[in-house]
Amino acid sequence: MSAPQSHLETLPRSIQFVLALGLIALIAFPFVGSEFYQQMVARMMILAIFAMSLDLLQGVTGLVSLGHAAYFGLGGYALALMSSDSGAVSLWWTLPAAVLVAGLFALVIGFFVVRTRGIYFIMVTMAFAQMLFFLVFDNKELNVLGLFPLKLGGSDGVYINFKPDAGLFDLENKRVFYYFVLACLVGVYVFLRRVLWSPFGRALAGIRVNEHRMRAVGFGSFGYKLTAFTLAGALAGLAGYLWGAQTGFINPELMGFHMSAHAIMMVILGGMGNFAGAIVGAFAFEFMLELFKDLPAIGDFNTGKHWQLWMGLFIVAVIVFAPRGLLGLLARFTGRKEAGHE
Amino acid sequence: MDFANFLIQTLNSVQYGLLLFMLAAGLTLIFGIMGVVNLAHGSFYMLGAYLAFSLSSRLGSFTAAILVGTLLSVIFGLVLERLLFRHFYHRDHLDQVLLTFGLIYIFEEARSLLWGDDVHGVAIPPLLSGSITLTENQSYPVYRLFMMGVCVLLAVGLYLLINKTRLGMKIRAGAFNREMTESLGINIKLIHAVVFAIGVALASVAGMIAAPVSSVYPGMGSSVLIMCFVVVVIGGIGSVRGALIAALLVGFVDTFGKVLLPQVAGMLVYMLMAAVLLFKPEGLFKQ
Repeated sequence: MSAPQSHLETLPRSIQFVLALGLIALIAFPFVGSEFYQQMVARMMILAIFAMSLDLLQGVTGLVSLGHAAYFGLGGYALALMSSDSGAVSLWWTLPAAVLVAGLFALVIGFFVVRTRGIYFIMVTMAFAQMLFFLVFDNKELNVLGLFPLKLGGSDGVYINFKPDAGLFDLENKRVFYYFVLACLVGVYVFLRRVLWSPFGRALAGIRVNEHRMRAVGFGSFGYKLTAFTLAGALAGLAGYLWGAQTGFINPELMGFHMSAHAIMMVILGGMGNFAGAIVGAFAFEFMLELFKDLPAIGDFNTGKHWQLWMGLFIVAVIVFAPRGLLGLLARFTGRKEAGHE
Repeated sequence: MDFANFLIQTLNSVQYGLLLFMLAAGLTLIFGIMGVVNLAHGSFYMLGAYLAFSLSSRLGSFTAAILVGTLLSVIFGLVLERLLFRHFYHRDHLDQVLLTFGLIYIFEEARSLLWGDDVHGVAIPPLLSGSITLTENQSYPVYRLFMMGVCVLLAVGLYLLINKTRLGMKIRAGAFNREMTESLGINIKLIHAVVFAIGVALASVAGMIAAPVSSVYPGMGSSVLIMCFVVVVIGGIGSVRGALIAALLVGFVDTFGKVLLPQVAGMLVYMLMAAVLLFKPEGLFKQ
């Protein structure tokens, strides 16, 4: 297991090709797609960032978090709480602040959860996410220590009336915002690929394969896992921030159980452990969702209304027939193993 | 809080705790013996509630509804185990999480197709509709006492089944060492099917007896499922005794939390869980 010279060479050529093609398509899309679809694709890219952040835990480190949406929601709520009703706030301090808030929560919660394993980890991450969900859901206003009144909006959610002000470019322009999200997506992908092949990332992969052995050769797995958890939370916070900026609305559902489960499914659907799969999975998952919701009615039977049924059947089919995800299928046909799973 | 109020809240806590135990026991058995994480367990609770709604009006008797409903859910459990779950015993937990999450979607939508999206009520049978006097001006509904009675009865039955019968012995042996048990000529596949059906039946019965109190509504499985997982994790996965103690603990914290600290009530049980896991990362009674 030696680190290759180039970071991208470890992905099979076929997948690199798909990624390059995808990037070109994403760059070109605003010039061919309508504004409606442009916003949909921007949303998919945000979810792809969210899915990649989870993949650092799930695919690389082998920690399945069923509460990752908490940090996504925290990023969004951080933006909502920093925003004002009278005008735009600066992107340059609110974005790092939101990432920091999500990362800090992940650090504190991670301290409790990374000491548990397997199914306990799944459940404990879920419990902490539920805790935050109810905190927001049950409180329209929260006064922390009587000093910081926070308008959480309860189950109704909070509106963000203005997109953050970036100074150099105008995020209120939908096309500019689209490219900003695309830049974030590419940035996070490159960053995570570098992390994957750094000594730190190799240690995480080692923990996934055999934690006991890693401890035996002198890696303190607690610190590594906690760092991964914090990093994943911070990046999920970035995605949540972008989501809040794009939709202009944040509600507790974004931190909920279903959102967390969706993230897990996106990662599995695409293929785990190499971040490319998470991107593909997020796009595929959202695409299927839109597809099922738009199904035409057959006679009296409104097929689109029952999208949950088709989505459920689709998920079950994927897990039964393609346990290594879509990229796994692709890699199998081209005869090479996925990177990160060597 | 005066004494009468305290007494009522205590009874409510025990009742809620016992109901949670019925669900958590099935969940922890299915995990402990087959190693399956079943996120769709809440759907069996929902199934029970809707069965109680449909059957009690059709059959005209709540008791008959419970008996027929239990039978139907056992059959449902056996079919589901044979068709789907059996193939996932040796798969990764992650695959199981995904499979059962997909099933939640399918069950929820099947529920919508069969029963619609309205909220339904189930009448309390006349025999159980009264209330008993606790103090001069406080009374307690008989039906809630009946719920507790059913739960206790089933809990005792489950204990006897697992610890005192031949079948229970085989179940324990299978959980302890599958290969060894199989080589002794015990049909482990059958045992697993039975355990799965027991789990489904327990959850379904919980849904049936809860229906008159909580009413019957879409998505009712989700919230109870998450609470169930909290119970199982606090108690220690695979431990039925742990599930009982944890369920009662959660029942008390949740019920009294809602009365004494309404602002943070939703979070309290999760805080309890975090506190327990800080000291015991594998739950109170890890086997």
